[in-house]
Amino acid sequence: MHCAREAEVAAPGRRRFLGMLLGGGLFASALSFFYPVLRYLVPPRLTDMGGDTVVAGKVGELRPNTGKIFRFGSRPGLLMLGSDGQYRALSATCTHLSCTVQYRGDLRQVWCACHNGMYDLAGRNLSGPPPRPLEQYDVHVRGDEIIVSRRREA
Amino acid sequence: MAPLARVRNWLDERFGWDELLAPLRHKTVPIHRYSYWYFLGGITLFLFGVQVCTGILLLLYYRPSANEAFESVQYIMTQVQFGWLVRSVHSWAANLMIFTAFLHMFSVLFLRAYRKPRELTWVSGMLLLFLAMGFGFSGYLLPWNTLAFFATKVGTDIAGQVPFVGHRLMVFLRGGDEVTGATLSRFFGFHVAVLPGLITLLISIHLLLVQRFGISVPARIEPEWKVLPQEKREMRFFPNFLLRELMAWYIALGVLGALAAFSPWGLGTKADPFAPAPAGIKPEWYFLFMFQTLKLIPAKLGMLDGEVVGILTFSLAGLIWLLVPFLDGTKRTQRLVTGAAMFVVAYMGAMTAYGYVAK
Repeated sequence: MHCAREAEVAAPGRRRFLGMLLGGGLFASALSFFYPVLRYLVPPRLTDMGGDTVVAGKVGELRPNTGKIFRFGSRPGLLMLGSDGQYRALSATCTHLSCTVQYRGDLRQVWCACHNGMYDLAGRNLSGPPPRPLEQYDVHVRGDEIIVSRRREA
Repeated sequence: MAPLARVRNWLDERFGWDELLAPLRHKTVPIHRYSYWYFLGGITLFLFGVQVCTGILLLLYYRPSANEAFESVQYIMTQVQFGWLVRSVHSWAANLMIFTAFLHMFSVLFLRAYRKPRELTWVSGMLLLFLAMGFGFSGYLLPWNTLAFFATKVGTDIAGQVPFVGHRLMVFLRGGDEVTGATLSRFFGFHVAVLPGLITLLISIHLLLVQRFGISVPARIEPEWKVLPQEKREMRFFPNFLLRELMAWYIALGVLGALAAFSPWGLGTKADPFAPAPAGIKPEWYFLFMFQTLKLIPAKLGMLDGEVVGILTFSLAGLIWLLVPFLDGTKRTQRLVTGAAMFVVAYMGAMTAYGYVAK
């Protein structure tokens, strides 16, 4: 091992060239090092297992003027049986700050407990902070199963 | 004033920055024919840094439970982008780190760098080596595959053979009488919380001691320099040696990347506690010489169990190893220590090779 010899003073042009070579090499190394790390940090997309249709419950499970939460893919949905005997389904994720809403039999409305948001049975935002209506789903009864599906646009 | 110089001035006015860094500037590294061995401690430290970084990355997706551990590692390796690379680097760097730590230890031993006043530097280094092996042992189980499951069963069973406290030690390690999900939780806790805390403390002590005493001149060089003082040569640590050390790290990173990319670490099959052990259950290579020795010892040695004799012998050898600086006094004991060290290297090499070949 030898000490760096400083006797040889390289021409400034050569020195700059070598410096660029070294800096460029180190920069490229750092890039090839951090690129995989940054990609690693991005979580892979989960395949949506629920699809667009899900069995939300059984006929007779709900009494009139009540509601229940069901799984719709990875998000919650709200299934309600009105006092008119009709099933309705909405997204249960509040449009304000994503709390899960619930059916209030006493008010006959959908209520979000987090910031007192109110929606009607069609999901329209009535009062409180929610900025947009809740997404409405289609409900069909097939045999004794209640099928909820996402509405197709167009 | 340039912005960088102003920040520096600001810090210096408040913390006495220049004064703090002064010891680093005065530090020198002796230059002689054994100087290359000085790089090993630094390379081990670098690999430890790699382990911390990749370990944190793995923590983002890993799930420490018997039902999910294997699947989560599989997920990392198949679904997460570059997950296979991160895990492979973690496994490879772990093995390389143990390897360079062993080399570092043997170089210090043969150059007799543990001499007064560096006895405690040696002791802290040996404790670091034991901790690194603890990291290896606890980390090996975390993917919850068949090989790791049975290696852990055997390893903790060996701990259970220690006289008097063995059973309690085994139950402590396993979190019960058997290797189960509870063992996995424990090993995970050791691996990501207990051991990192301990090793951070010990590395700090080790580096502080190295800084305090400076770098040792090998026992064989020292008298040569006394006779011929004009032969004595040194290099400044900062920046001369540090730049060379960084070059060594860069090469280490290259080797690590190549190994991880071209020879990625496998995962095996998920552990099934109720399946018979497959053939070829082996621990990691750095435990292999002990494993192979225990296999060769007969079941009974006189009144004692063969296993117990083996474990006691290894424990005693480890203790003597830890205390080497205190045994190395006269010329005769020096020769004894060097002879014993050479025997140990030969024994470990031969037994490890035998362990690889043996069925």
